[in-house]
Amino acid sequence: MQAIDIKLLRDFRRLWLQAVAIALVLACGVAILLTSVGMYKALSETRTAYYERNRFADIFAQTRRAPLSLLAEIARIDGVMSVETRITGAATLDIPGRTRTAVGKVLSYPEDSDPLLNLPFLVKGRFPDPISTKEIVVNEPFAIANGFKLGDSFSANLRGQKRTLTIVGTALSPEFVYTIGPGALMPDNEAFGIIWMPERAAAAAYDMTGAFNDVSIAVASGMTTAPVIDALDTLLEPFGGLGAYDRTTQQSDAFLDAEIKQLKGMAAILPPIFFLISGFLVSMVMSRIIMLERSEIGLLKAIGYSNTEICLHYLMLAALIAVVGVGVGWVAGTMLARTMAWQYAQFFDFPFLIFRVSYWVYAASGLAALLTTSLGATQAALKAARLAPAIAMQPPAPPRFKRSFIDDAMAHMRLSQSTVMILRSLLRWPLRSFLTSLGLALAVASVVSSTFINDALTEIVDMAFYQTNRQDAMLLFADDLPEAVLEDVRHLPGVLQAESQQFHAAILRNGHLTKRVPVESRRPGNDLSRVLDADGNPLDVPANGVVLSKRLATHLDVKPGENVDIEFLTGRRETFSVTVTALVEQHFGLGAYMNLEYLNALFRQAPRVSTVNITLDTDQSDALHAAVKNTPHIAGIVEMNENRRSFENTIEENIVVMNTIYIVVAVLITIGVTYNAARIQLSERARELASLRILGFGRGEVSYILVGEMMLIALVAQPFGWLIGAGIAQLMTSAFTSDLYAIPLVLEPSTFALASLVVLGAALASVMIVRRRLDRLDLVSVMKTRE
Amino acid sequence: MAEVVFKTEGVTKVYETGDVKVYALAGVDLELFKGELTVLLGPSGSGKSTLLNILGGLDHATDGRVWFDGTELTDMSDRGLTKYRRDHVGFVFQFYNLVPSLTARENVQLVTDVSPDPMPAEEALTLVGLGNRMDHFPSEMSGGEQQRVAIARAIAKRPQILLCDEPTGALDSSTGVQVLEVLRDINERFGTTTVVITHNAEIQRMAHRVIFFQDGKISETRVNKTRVAPSEIVW
Repeated sequence: MQAIDIKLLRDFRRLWLQAVAIALVLACGVAILLTSVGMYKALSETRTAYYERNRFADIFAQTRRAPLSLLAEIARIDGVMSVETRITGAATLDIPGRTRTAVGKVLSYPEDSDPLLNLPFLVKGRFPDPISTKEIVVNEPFAIANGFKLGDSFSANLRGQKRTLTIVGTALSPEFVYTIGPGALMPDNEAFGIIWMPERAAAAAYDMTGAFNDVSIAVASGMTTAPVIDALDTLLEPFGGLGAYDRTTQQSDAFLDAEIKQLKGMAAILPPIFFLISGFLVSMVMSRIIMLERSEIGLLKAIGYSNTEICLHYLMLAALIAVVGVGVGWVAGTMLARTMAWQYAQFFDFPFLIFRVSYWVYAASGLAALLTTSLGATQAALKAARLAPAIAMQPPAPPRFKRSFIDDAMAHMRLSQSTVMILRSLLRWPLRSFLTSLGLALAVASVVSSTFINDALTEIVDMAFYQTNRQDAMLLFADDLPEAVLEDVRHLPGVLQAESQQFHAAILRNGHLTKRVPVESRRPGNDLSRVLDADGNPLDVPANGVVLSKRLATHLDVKPGENVDIEFLTGRRETFSVTVTALVEQHFGLGAYMNLEYLNALFRQAPRVSTVNITLDTDQSDALHAAVKNTPHIAGIVEMNENRRSFENTIEENIVVMNTIYIVVAVLITIGVTYNAARIQLSERARELASLRILGFGRGEVSYILVGEMMLIALVAQPFGWLIGAGIAQLMTSAFTSDLYAIPLVLEPSTFALASLVVLGAALASVMIVRRRLDRLDLVSVMKTRE
Repeated sequence: MAEVVFKTEGVTKVYETGDVKVYALAGVDLELFKGELTVLLGPSGSGKSTLLNILGGLDHATDGRVWFDGTELTDMSDRGLTKYRRDHVGFVFQFYNLVPSLTARENVQLVTDVSPDPMPAEEALTLVGLGNRMDHFPSEMSGGEQQRVAIARAIAKRPQILLCDEPTGALDSSTGVQVLEVLRDINERFGTTTVVITHNAEIQRMAHRVIFFQDGKISETRVNKTRVAPSEIVW
């Protein structure tokens, strides 16, 4: 090994704490890049493979009842590659050992062949015997959540027919990667299951012999779905078609897609920030090293080392830091990606997970890290190369301070000399002070932009469960019933309050802008399920017109007072032009609300209900569930408490993990920035500070200059950090908003306080480590050392 | 007549530090001969170090011309000067300028790694009497020892010229004498043209020739008829 390389390694060893502080920031960037790209690739590749292998359909449609003869016509639609018709239906399930009602979605399984589309992936057992009326396959998560084994049975209420069903197999399906039951906000695998039943048995149960009520279509490659959807809607219209839709509106895929997009966004936004910070840190440290090694550089030149060799020597030092950062980042990133993959595997129901972070991601992250550190070091290295040897070996000229109005102001304020030294040094190197402050501001922003989600979710939960959906439970009916059913519901055990609600699938149009949403209608004065205006006050849906959620109104570009066309997909499939009367705040889904009487008047029918919201005497909950299981018209019961608990649990787990990661990241950035800045301060000012000690300043007074300057920079960074954090939070809320949900921007003072506490604490700890060096300063030798 | 190694004509050097202009050299004409040990003597700021830097290819003259062994250095490129230093010049500085993170041996290897025909680092260190201190770091050595490492580093490339800037400036008398002994020994053993800068008038007694500097100019040149051994010098 050449002597200059030995010098390189020894320099690195001497600087190892500073190098590690930088390397860890770099490692964060590399790890987050690996994790987000790895997870993004894993999810999207798994999805693609799964959809392809199990023939996930492109277009979906439901209808009330269409004759099987229509199948041939659908198949003739231009662009259709394959069609599958099914019978689907709802079932309330009475599971042994479970007092609460569960809800099942029944899907028919073809008699003589495998399904052409949406092929279930058999996990255990076998598919049901085509002529059996009992045998079923259930989705694997439902079986696991309820502890089912093959051969277990439970009782089901299928449109008023009670049947005992026996599980002969468990399966997963590309249709149900993310499964949410009717009326629920989050997956609850214990309360909602998918049931594959032989076609013949399903037809008998739902009175669908010779008919179907569900169509899936795969379009030929290269074809767009829109014309096929139009043609299919035309064919299904006479048979009560509820409007065909493509994958973007298919619930499971929409959720999966939203997640994949988030990961992609994360991969694009976060790593560059870390790379930038580490580039800046490298540049800061390298500039100082080169300042300190001026005479060594001069010597190397004097004995014949070329500019290129010297430049490379310092670039290699930066590269070594990058190598450590990349190494740590690769290990941490691989582990983090695996952990996240495991979390996703819990969250999404895939039969397999294609997890491989391809080599190019490793290579790209390594290259990016190497490039940013080299770029950070380039300026300093070039400066080293450009130093004229004769000048390099002389001590540098003292930094030039000039009097300015600020000095006059300082004099006016009668500040102590130590404070003046601090302020003057900040002003003497404004760019450095600014960049150090910016680095710390980014650390603050990292905490703000991740922890605000806590408050946002608290707000979502408060709004969804305490302000708008205040009912204890929702009773779902298989078909709309006359409003008189409300009286029957009030007589069910434990029911204290009952209010009606009606849902109609509809397409809202304003010019070329359309959105498919359920229109919800209710009676004025309803207290359990409410909507809120912009100020958070409950709003009674006016007697006429429609109330829209803000996001829906924005999508359709309508304002209150303007009209929107509502094409109802149910009943007579009529279209009405209705005035938008008000806008409401809503975080889940896109809502449209009408007065129950007004809606039924439009339909020219007596008021009907689709669901009844109830409050419960919890002591009688078991009796209610027992009654529900035996009531033919009830398709299911959704308990809001369960819903809320499942929502909170899922979110909490993810939030704790994410917050921990981002707080660690903020601490690493803070240490990286503060420790390095303080070490540089110390090395630049060692003589100055030692002189003060010799003049009689105490340790505390001298360290005040060092600690004071760093902490002042850290304090100045706080408001900028809050602002940047709020900006990133704002970006995140708009990036994460989809038709499925919206994250409100809720910024509580506690979020800012936590961020500042974390960053100021870490900054103080880092600078105190450097302070210990100051305490150990050997006064005599410092004064003797030639700069 | 001995062969001329260095020749300068009207060398001028102006330093601009901030707003201040300093005339370090104001027209120096000089010839240095092969195998000669020359002492440049003068007070601080008289321009000795500046001249040495220009002769050593560390700096360019503002005006005037410089030749080494018939080759003109005046307008040589940076790359050319680097090669010139690497192949021909050995430097010894007042403050040793050792790399603190390298041992004595490794400091010498810095030079032997890049020069075309070096002697082994161990041989160079033995020549300066440090054969038994090769694996010590600079911080573990006395000032005299450090300066001897610097000399070993300078001679390891078998330079044609050895340029020493105040080599005893940071040393006490007895340690300084040891260093001067080494310099004379090298000069005699290898015939290396040696230039020693000093403001210590005593040291002139060991030189073949003494050049006096004053205000950036040569004020006097004197040939020593009798040279004394460094051991006889005291200050």
